[in-house]
Amino acid sequence: MISDRVWQLHFAVVAVLFASQFFAGDYGVLTLTRIMVLAIYAIGYNLLYGYTGLLSLGHAMFFATGLYVAAISTTQGGLSVPTAFGLAIVIGAAVSGAMGALILRASGVAFMIVTLMFSQAAFLSVLYFGKYTRGDEGIVISDTIRKFGLLGLPVDLTNASLRYNLALCFLAGAISLSLVLVRSNFGRVLIAIRENENRTSMLGYNVFRYKLAAFALSGTFAAFSGACYALMFAYAGSTLASIQYSINPLLWTLLGGASTVLGPLVGTALMFLLVDVASSFTNANLLMVGVVLILLVLFFPKGILGTIRQLYLPWLP
Amino acid sequence: MTPLLETRGLSRSFGGLKAVSGVDFTLKPGEVRAIIGPNGAGKTTFASLISGRITPDDGSIHLAGEDITHLPAFQRVRRGLAYTFQITSIFANLTVAENVALAAHQDGGKRGLACLRRVGLADRAAQIAGTLAYGHQRLLEVAMGLALRPRLLILDEPTQGLSDAEIANFVRLMQGLKRETTVLLIEHNVPVVMQLAHRITVMDRGGILAEGTPAKIRANKDVQSAYLGTGDA
Repeated sequence: MISDRVWQLHFAVVAVLFASQFFAGDYGVLTLTRIMVLAIYAIGYNLLYGYTGLLSLGHAMFFATGLYVAAISTTQGGLSVPTAFGLAIVIGAAVSGAMGALILRASGVAFMIVTLMFSQAAFLSVLYFGKYTRGDEGIVISDTIRKFGLLGLPVDLTNASLRYNLALCFLAGAISLSLVLVRSNFGRVLIAIRENENRTSMLGYNVFRYKLAAFALSGTFAAFSGACYALMFAYAGSTLASIQYSINPLLWTLLGGASTVLGPLVGTALMFLLVDVASSFTNANLLMVGVVLILLVLFFPKGILGTIRQLYLPWLP
Repeated sequence: MTPLLETRGLSRSFGGLKAVSGVDFTLKPGEVRAIIGPNGAGKTTFASLISGRITPDDGSIHLAGEDITHLPAFQRVRRGLAYTFQITSIFANLTVAENVALAAHQDGGKRGLACLRRVGLADRAAQIAGTLAYGHQRLLEVAMGLALRPRLLILDEPTQGLSDAEIANFVRLMQGLKRETTVLLIEHNVPVVMQLAHRITVMDRGGILAEGTPAKIRANKDVQSAYLGTGDA
């Protein structure tokens, strides 16, 4: 059973984020919007890595699926933003389901390598099909497309405040879904697979099916986040399909605390902050990020929330 | 009566070693059958073949008349075949209650708790399983096996590493269980086997050396020389 304080804590986080828009300033609002959209990606990644124990090095392909389906179908396919968004999620789910069925035949290190391989193939495809994806240069979604009507109401995605609150709604949805999932029987079986796959199978669970569900779910979260990213920030470029975007959700999850519901959000926010601070006095901001990560792995291997849970809040989901 | 478990010509080799070779084996419902034999006789390989943890090179396995030779392990479990591991294989980072809940396929259900009570671990339900003493971990294994409500419970060396007092406790537990489920007990400890089994199968070098009641096996000269020590004792 989910205790009230668990929901209260998660609700409080959403409330703080809601209130932040009134103090953050223009730059802060934009950064926080970006953080929230990418945190959805990390939350999905955490379902697979943190809870199921499967380390993927190729989730950028699913992020890019959402990103490019949304960008291409609006700019070249003439679809409206809501339809393109829906399509991106459906295709994201289908692609991650199909990829999962293929990739999950490997396990351990082989699984990591195969995810990396497929993701690189996807990245190179983005460059190869430059006619549609515009390769390195990327696709810019015009402001006209991003102003549309939904259920009779005008929606303007160039409006920073609207974008912020929309991203917050999506994030709240992602957090709630993740919370419900990991506390359900389904979530418990995922944790059991992470802890002892062989034993889980010998308790009568179809381990492959559970892993596939986790894989497809996390891929769909990634595609959702990618589609949001393209439509909200009006851009889809090949950098967003590169290996860096496969590694990012892993780093965010590790930093915030794998297998904690809020960890990916905390990790994403902190990493953004870190890069921001570092960029203000050095060009080598990724070096700073690297150093911080090494320190984290050495002294807080469970990440920030993982350590807090271990020391103070054992009930933290 | 249809046997609960039947194997025909069951074989499995590892490289040049025939771990299990052409084993014909029949188990009736309600029976407690022990498999004994010296180290390397093929007992654990045989149990692993039945549970589906490894696949046979040849032969067939039937559970209550149904051919399960090619079924994956989890489907055999769903058909009522439970296997408890020789090397304790619990979820060490989860609580005792979560361990049995997973086995019972229900969250916080009564069945899991009843199984814990059965093995005497109910008061440790909230404890992290990995922090249990070894003997208690073995009992948790048995509780997880029971929570599956098996038709056939395979216990692989359940008393290994237990103290005398814990073994006595285990024997008491098993005597209570005998009436409810069919048990296949792979065991080194001959006194335990003599107390619990209706019938005993003796394995040696991948095959069946002898089969019969405890009294018959005790008197069998081949068994004595192969396993119990000298034939003249």
